[in-house]
Amino acid sequence: MAEFADWRFALLLLSNGVLIGLMYSLIALGFVLVYKATDAVNFAQGEFVMIAGFVVVGGLTVAGAPLGVSVVAGLVGMVGFGFALERVMLRKLIGRPVIAVVMATIGLAAILRGIGPFGIFQGTRPLPLPLPDEPFVWGPLFIPPIQLVGGGVSLAFLAGFGWFFLKSRKGIAMRAVADNQQIAMAMGINVERYFGLAWAMTGVVSALGGVLWGNMLGVDVNLALVGFKVFPVVILGGLDSIPGAIVGGLIVGLVENVVAGYVDPYVGGGTKDFAPYVLMILALMVRPYGIFGKKIIERV
Amino acid sequence: MIHRECGVLKTTYEADMALYPLPIARYTVAALAVLFFLVIPLTLHEYYLSVANLVWIAVIGALGLNILVGNTGQVSIGHGAFMSVGAYTAANLATRLDSPWPVNLVAGGLMAALIGAVVGIPSLRIKGLYLAIATLAGQLIIEWTINHVTFISGGVQASIAVPRPRVGPYVLASQQAMYYFLLVFVVIAIVGTMNLMRSRVGRAFIAIRDQDIAAEIIGINIFRYKLLAFAISSFYAGVTGVLYTYFLGIANYEQFQIGVSIDYLAMIIIGGLGSVLGSIFGAAFVTLLPILIRYAMEAFGGLFFSQATVLNLIPALRLTLFGVLIIVFLVVEPEGLNRLWRNIRSYFRIWPFAY
Repeated sequence: MAEFADWRFALLLLSNGVLIGLMYSLIALGFVLVYKATDAVNFAQGEFVMIAGFVVVGGLTVAGAPLGVSVVAGLVGMVGFGFALERVMLRKLIGRPVIAVVMATIGLAAILRGIGPFGIFQGTRPLPLPLPDEPFVWGPLFIPPIQLVGGGVSLAFLAGFGWFFLKSRKGIAMRAVADNQQIAMAMGINVERYFGLAWAMTGVVSALGGVLWGNMLGVDVNLALVGFKVFPVVILGGLDSIPGAIVGGLIVGLVENVVAGYVDPYVGGGTKDFAPYVLMILALMVRPYGIFGKKIIERV
Repeated sequence: MIHRECGVLKTTYEADMALYPLPIARYTVAALAVLFFLVIPLTLHEYYLSVANLVWIAVIGALGLNILVGNTGQVSIGHGAFMSVGAYTAANLATRLDSPWPVNLVAGGLMAALIGAVVGIPSLRIKGLYLAIATLAGQLIIEWTINHVTFISGGVQASIAVPRPRVGPYVLASQQAMYYFLLVFVVIAIVGTMNLMRSRVGRAFIAIRDQDIAAEIIGINIFRYKLLAFAISSFYAGVTGVLYTYFLGIANYEQFQIGVSIDYLAMIIIGGLGSVLGSIFGAAFVTLLPILIRYAMEAFGGLFFSQATVLNLIPALRLTLFGVLIIVFLVVEPEGLNRLWRNIRSYFRIWPFAY
């Protein structure tokens, strides 16, 4: 019990929470990108990450390619998958009620989880990255290198997409599409192409998420469960906000680590999956559009 | 249903809303009753009856979910959890107080209705996607609570054994007895749903689905009716959970995880949103699909794969086909099997003439 009161323990939980939270942000970013541009919700975000992990590990073990080639294959594959998905499935659902898109992505999640083990392999495979296994020890902190790299990659991508939306021509066009599709179309923007682009960008983010999370957890069907963390993150931060994805990710990472560290011994585990959702329900009651989200929620 | 009619000339609202639009409908219902109450239970083998029982249980749950999603337009990804609330209420009552099944059934349904209404409270402020995520959170929180609170579930990963229901001196142990037991509730659920949708409450639900702001302006108390829809729908879910527990003989939280919520959503989407017949079609379809896949794989899978691989592939194939069907129905036939059925009927109504 003495250990619990220790400030070192608290600091350890906090540092882990921050780094894990940033890695959640990366996956949540995929969700936010699609929602921002196309108003579609992706309940298959976790499965995107999983399938990217499968492709990379498949490249490594089945095809015997080096790591760099496998990762590039994963990225290219996911970009193509994003474009194809928009063309084949989501374009047909434009203008339909929310439940149609929700159920379609849930169906997509089922397909991906079904064909994941079908085509490639069964059982858990490791996804080795050229990183040291030993955690960095810095005072009371133990930091696994993968989490450090993961946090760094997340921040870099979040900054990159932030720049993309604020400054680049394509990013501004995409914001216009998100704001009002009809006016964007009237201004000569090819709306459908930007929908495809948004899904492809989600593919890129998911591929990186697949590599990082696959390295931490091992690649199998359960990798898709990471997707369940996306909803608390995006609701807390705001569904259409990139800074919101960072802040939401940090909050969820911190809360689940601290709660798990202090409460788990009393209730027999599992609070990590539970606490973020309680927080999310409270957020929905108080501020449903999130910390940074647009206040366009409709009330009746 | 399966009759062909001509010259439907309705002159009153009563005639338009009648459950039996034509005399022949009575004979159809009577024929179906003979089929389901006599022919099927007395001729089919025990195994097929157990499959039929699973279908009946799913029909009740799908009817309930369709009231909420199809008729009121509120999304719920938490119905698996509402079923577990009913199941554990009944299981605890049965083992702790030794209460009879009618009490457990009603108590399970009411408890699920209460919890469902609580989960539905956010529907006052949020809708659409946000409500879907809120009910998803409800599902995960209820799942976790039941699994981790020892008083409810008897410990993590535990299950509670429930005694077989008894009617008078008879213990309903065989599949045939369960078949009749379940069929009674299916009939009550079907008639109840059809009558509910013809009533003031049902029309209020449909008004909320079609245009909620307009519904409020014509004097429908939106919040009350939304909560009522959640409560009624969860009552069906709770009853489904209780019946499933009595069917299996145990209450186990693994029977009611998030996948179940998605299965039921798939049933009403494949069957047809907002339609009683669609709920029945969808429930039968989704329940029978994995069984048919298993048969097909056992028969033909050996041609392509080794025996061990076939066993591993069955669940994967089921998931894949399931997802494909959801997407195909959403994209190609949003009104589901019910619409296909009506298309077939209207084709044969005038057959063999073109017009």
